[in-house]
Amino acid sequence: MKKYSEDDLATDLKNQDYKFGFVSDIDSDTIPCGLNEDIIRLISEKKNEPDWLLASRLSAFEQWLDMKEPAWAHVKYKSIDFQAIAYYAAPKQTKKYESWDDVDPEMKATMTKLGISMVEQQRLTGVAVDFVMDSVSVATSFKEKLGELGIIFCSFSEAVQEHPDLVKRYMGTVIPPQDNYYAALNSAVFTDGSFCYIPKGVRCPMELSTYFRINAGGTGQFERTLVIADEGAYASYLEGCTAPQRDENQLHAAVVELIALEEAEIKYSTVQNWYPGDKNGVGGIFNFVTKRGVCEKNAKISWTQVETGSAVTWKYPSCILKGDNSIGEFYSVAVTNNHQYADTGTKMVHLGKNTKSTIISKGISAGKSQNSYRGLVQIHKNAVNARNFSQCDSLLMSSECGAHTFPYIECKNPTAKIEHEATTSKIGEDQLFYCKQRGISEEKAIGLIVNGYCKEVLNKLPMEFAVEAQKLLTLSLEGSVG
Amino acid sequence: MLKIKNLHASIDGKAILKGLNLEINPGEVHAIMGPNGAGKSTLASVLAGHESYEITEGEILFEGKDLTALPIEDRAREGLFLAFQYPVEIPGVSNVNFLKTALNEIREYAGLKPLSAKDFLQLVKEKSALVELDSSLATRSVNEGFSGGEKKRNEIFQMAMLNPKLAILDETDSGLDIDALRIVASGVNALKTKENATLVITHYQRLLDYIVPDFVHVLFDGRIVKTGGKDLALELEEKGYDWIKAEHA
Repeated sequence: MKKYSEDDLATDLKNQDYKFGFVSDIDSDTIPCGLNEDIIRLISEKKNEPDWLLASRLSAFEQWLDMKEPAWAHVKYKSIDFQAIAYYAAPKQTKKYESWDDVDPEMKATMTKLGISMVEQQRLTGVAVDFVMDSVSVATSFKEKLGELGIIFCSFSEAVQEHPDLVKRYMGTVIPPQDNYYAALNSAVFTDGSFCYIPKGVRCPMELSTYFRINAGGTGQFERTLVIADEGAYASYLEGCTAPQRDENQLHAAVVELIALEEAEIKYSTVQNWYPGDKNGVGGIFNFVTKRGVCEKNAKISWTQVETGSAVTWKYPSCILKGDNSIGEFYSVAVTNNHQYADTGTKMVHLGKNTKSTIISKGISAGKSQNSYRGLVQIHKNAVNARNFSQCDSLLMSSECGAHTFPYIECKNPTAKIEHEATTSKIGEDQLFYCKQRGISEEKAIGLIVNGYCKEVLNKLPMEFAVEAQKLLTLSLEGSVG
Repeated sequence: MLKIKNLHASIDGKAILKGLNLEINPGEVHAIMGPNGAGKSTLASVLAGHESYEITEGEILFEGKDLTALPIEDRAREGLFLAFQYPVEIPGVSNVNFLKTALNEIREYAGLKPLSAKDFLQLVKEKSALVELDSSLATRSVNEGFSGGEKKRNEIFQMAMLNPKLAILDETDSGLDIDALRIVASGVNALKTKENATLVITHYQRLLDYIVPDFVHVLFDGRIVKTGGKDLALELEEKGYDWIKAEHA
């Protein structure tokens, strides 16, 4: 019998198709390509924004012009022509839907293909979904029910119109425009996103969920998410992403800000499956995302991410542990295949006393991909008794891929305790042989081994997401075994 | 059940098995003994279908089917089980989940429906008692952090769960103390029926006090050079392998 070698595995993996590569045939209202002050004014005008927001956009744009694209990440990509991107694409429908029945059937079909039929979602899972296609949020479910508890969950544009005080007070406080190149760009041209506010002492009874999808060709998606948990509040937020298959590269530069006030807790989970490009590395999403949360006293923020898509991922969901006794967590699985690049990790900034952080990162590389963990644990002078535990594991599936770890530690307080563990392993031929000798097919065996390897992280996802993530992992890695 | 004719196998171009013949019928227990490097573990690996070995000549028939034409998992599904000398750890995958996947794949191959959760758990309970396996081991990750003895017991537990036609025990006695040996052996004996068969590969006669073989074969330099009853094992224990080496050098 022919030996099933690593090369065969690599070939099988290469031939995996992207399963979400359909394009929805919906008329888009797209503004001309290019980036200048007039475009920004146009976006702001189309969204009927207040003057302060336009001023903030223009100031961000001015700062962006003076900034340089960061080059320190371990990623390679064709440089982006920012003038060739259309910065606004809305499905052509001017008024917001009154009821679910009013929604364009084609758009509904898209959602069904994504596996998130609203009806199903509403009936079965109790998940409230805010669906963002290209740049406009098209439907938000469960809003009434949440409203009874005083919870605000709506599109960012709607929040700007209806809750301008909250937006003005918190937007840009965690990630100011000058933070980095892509954050500045986002602050200038962001189009929509989600907004969530949980009032004092309220425990949000359901998982809040947003599904992002890039549909129109030649567009970028610059969404903006702001989640505020007031004192003692709790929220669990889910974010899923897909994009259709296109030969061109599309840019996604999002900003997500989380604010956990005293005693509050926010759990933020992402399953990212943007189109990764084909097996030769053509096309795919450039995913440059800034995500950060701030914890006040006794607050907790927990990031969980499963990253399987995008041609290039540049993403570091971080926690500023400002208040005493606050807790930050980061659980990540990043899978790269073919020619994908992922440079992802977290920053844990310990400012308060007795602050604690945990980092569990699992990288899986296949094909010719490069997968890097980059993390910073920073203990400031006043962070007495700060604690950090980091564990970074890498699993290699082929001999042509790479796994890299860049952990940075800066400690200015002698009472801090910081632990870092790292392992690199190769998917074991002996493990596969053992599974197969028990009658398990190669595909199922790889699924079992990989899911076992990621278990610590998958366990942190809400139930319905964990199932999806497991399938996605298996889908991204399994070869059709011949 | 198993017919091996003139089997030649090599690894990295080096010949290990050089014309091995063996026939095993239902209900029989065979033991293969031999000095280090004789090819005992190679035989086990070749039967299971390990891809590092190349079969250069000969044939293996299992229940009349050409075993060499089947991939590893189909050999297992046909009813061939290998209890590993060094069981492999699979972190994060629970023993129960692993076995459920395996059992249902085997059932699907046989055209049977997956076992219900209730029936499966009942089976786990029943079979783990057979090898006195601590029930907490059933829910732990496959072999992870198991002691040497626990790993071997777990192999026999898996064998009990999957109910193979032919079980090959590769040096199952290595690393076992006398109590563990007794438990493992009694598990194997309890699973014995008129329809299935066992092939015990071992260095020492010790295990054969507990699992009594119908036939003992001596493997030397890639061939079976002597076959006898259980007394042959005692003779080997007493005299060592040198006289065999001298005869066949």
